[in-house]
Amino acid sequence: MTEAETSLTHGVTAGFFNDGSREKMDLSKETFSLEVEDLQLYYGKDHALKNINMKIPTRRVTAFIGPSGCGKSTLLRCFNRMNDLIDICRVEGRITLDGRNIYDRCVDVAELRRKVGMVFQKPNPFPKSIYENVAYGLRLQGVNNRKTLDQVVEQALRGAALWDEVKDRLQENAFGLSGGQQQRLVIARAVAIEPEVILLDEPCSALDPISTAKVEELIFTLKKKYTIIIVTHNMQQAARVSDYTAYMYLGDLVEFMDTVTLFTKPRQKATEDYITGRFG
Amino acid sequence: MKIRAWFDSGSPWIWLTAGMVSLSMIMVFGLLMLIAVRGLGHFWPPQVVAFEYEQGPGQVVSVLGSPVRSETVPGLTLREAGYVIPENVELARRNLIKQGNRDLTGRDFIWYPEDLTGQWTTPLEAMILERREWGDFYGFLRQVKEEGLVVGEGFEVREELLRRVERANELFTTINRIERYEIGDLNRSIERIRLTERRLELDRDLEDQVREQQLTDLQEQRAELDRQYEVINTRRLDLAAQMRRDSLVAEAMDGRLVEIPLANVVHAFWPNSMSLTEKMGHYVRTIWNFLSGFPREANTEGGIFPAIFGTVLMVMLMSIVVTPLGVLAAIYLREYARQGPLVRLVRISVNNLAGVPSIVFGVFGLAFFVYFIGGNLDRWLYPESLPAPTFGTPGLLWSSLTLALLTLPVVIVSTEEGLARIPSTIRHGSLALGATKAETLWRTVIPLATPAMMTGLILAVARAAGEVAPLMLVGVVKLAPNLPVDGYFPYLHLERKFMHLGFHIYDVGFQSPNVEASRPLVYATALTLVLIIIVLNLTAITIRNYLREKYRSEGD
Repeated sequence: MTEAETSLTHGVTAGFFNDGSREKMDLSKETFSLEVEDLQLYYGKDHALKNINMKIPTRRVTAFIGPSGCGKSTLLRCFNRMNDLIDICRVEGRITLDGRNIYDRCVDVAELRRKVGMVFQKPNPFPKSIYENVAYGLRLQGVNNRKTLDQVVEQALRGAALWDEVKDRLQENAFGLSGGQQQRLVIARAVAIEPEVILLDEPCSALDPISTAKVEELIFTLKKKYTIIIVTHNMQQAARVSDYTAYMYLGDLVEFMDTVTLFTKPRQKATEDYITGRFG
Repeated sequence: MKIRAWFDSGSPWIWLTAGMVSLSMIMVFGLLMLIAVRGLGHFWPPQVVAFEYEQGPGQVVSVLGSPVRSETVPGLTLREAGYVIPENVELARRNLIKQGNRDLTGRDFIWYPEDLTGQWTTPLEAMILERREWGDFYGFLRQVKEEGLVVGEGFEVREELLRRVERANELFTTINRIERYEIGDLNRSIERIRLTERRLELDRDLEDQVREQQLTDLQEQRAELDRQYEVINTRRLDLAAQMRRDSLVAEAMDGRLVEIPLANVVHAFWPNSMSLTEKMGHYVRTIWNFLSGFPREANTEGGIFPAIFGTVLMVMLMSIVVTPLGVLAAIYLREYARQGPLVRLVRISVNNLAGVPSIVFGVFGLAFFVYFIGGNLDRWLYPESLPAPTFGTPGLLWSSLTLALLTLPVVIVSTEEGLARIPSTIRHGSLALGATKAETLWRTVIPLATPAMMTGLILAVARAAGEVAPLMLVGVVKLAPNLPVDGYFPYLHLERKFMHLGFHIYDVGFQSPNVEASRPLVYATALTLVLIIIVLNLTAITIRNYLREKYRSEGD
């Protein structure tokens, strides 16, 4: 069994983790790729994120959990400034990526989004061929060399564990793929431009259990190269895939620590209530 | 309460709605059938009948012609019209006979009451001549002559006659070509010289000596062209004389012998002795001549090719203008403009523009495009041809622009709807990969909206192809001497006036001196217009379906 499969089995069979075989992470020993300082976010008059401070560890999976409307997706979208698309949205505070504030006026948002990729809740492939979907990001950067593209497309599809399933029909429309395949294609599309961070916004909520398992396996392999932040409603999933977990509630970051501790010995009563299902 | 139960069951709604669908279908198919039957029937070789007609007491004339239609009228009406119908006849049947020979009898369509006509016979030897002037000739072939000498007599010389008609037609085509191209070339060169002279006269900065020198040169060129013209003209006259060599003698229905030069004959045929295959051949040939020929005799004879050409060309130019204009406007309105009261106002105005009567667009086109823009273009670019206008007169370009303006709202509205239907997830997907807004638009959103743009174009084409009223003000004429496309630079002559099927229908139907002769042409032209619009639409729909398939997404 691979490492990924082992962890999966443990996560699924026994509550969250009962045998302690899961390695406990230590936040203080990590390096960080994203640092959030005093982040406030308003939708018009609505104060949606309140004074968030956190550091996202490099090459680890960080999960955001919490009830609907707690701001976890909003926080996720702050990392690649997708909130800019909402007219009434206003952000204060700092988020630094590689030591630079991404909300600085001189930051090129397109450039930022190339470093911080994102995968959405519903698979959203472009109505183009599988090949062109993966090559899209590169073509944007002006790469049109057929050889380079072929290479990157294959690499990205292999990276997203999709290559064997689609290698014979790269020129077919991406909408011919199943939902799970589409979601992995979208991940491949994000991976193809080699970002530093990949944001996953409930990536499995529209998928069946088998496809979900495949995407989760994929997350295990991806974290070797990329910093991953995942928003999920499914606490089993958070427990299975993440190294660190943040629990949010009504725009506050209630608790943020390594996953094993958070799920077994949360410090806050609110967190415990939520993960044990007494609320939410 | 059975009715109540029936009502509650919902069946009345099904009946009502389905009934409306059937009604619409019946009306549309009825319309199409009517113009198809009337239009296509015209080209089938008509039966020729001969009968005796009692014109007055003891006055009997023989009539030769083809029946067009018949109707039943009260006997009184006929008696009042001067026909000698017995008093006891309440209802009388009368037949409309096309007897041709307008040059001999003055009228080619005449009503004959059935009570006064004898037995109909169908003489096998009856001949119809399609002529370049005076319409058809009905009669019997008697002689074929070459330079006034008889070379054959009677019904048997048909083959000989057809051969000679063929020869005359070939000569006619040659002469036409000489007139159109060789003499046309010369005229063009002479016109160019005239314009150069005029430009020299208008140029005040030029020294008199230089001007004199150049004018002398031009005079010499003109003399040379005149010499060339003499040569060509001699050849033309020679060919014309050759064309006039043969003639035929035929007996008209009243027994008169008529000599007709073959130069005036387009085609001769004997419909009563034609086999079915021959009739079908004739049918196909006349339809082809109708579609590919140029009109003759105040549009009541000949073909409609210039009108087909003008319609299609104008619609294409309109599409080329309206598509980018409408699409770009829609993209700004939907993608860039801040959605607010101003944009809403613009959108309402655009929608209302679609409801403005088309003749208003015609008036605007005449005032703005023709007089203002065209007039100024003439002053700047073509001062030497003034006062004869070049662009400052109705023409193809102004017609296309006016119709583009007319159809702009349709394109804008459809494109906007198409853009609005594209799911935001796809835009976000593109933005999340580091695309700017413009890149997202050009690479993803606009390709996805192309089917909607095609829908707009289809509606625009359908509307523009059928529009007549504004065109009458900005460029359509009943008879255009030249096609807007020819072999002379710049090949596409946007300033020329053109013919249009819609206007042709109006002109043939209402302005024609010969109502009965033009009636079937109205149907045939209408059918052609409908078919052209269908072909244009089917092309656009095929392209749209291809694009839809290509950019198929979950939403569709």
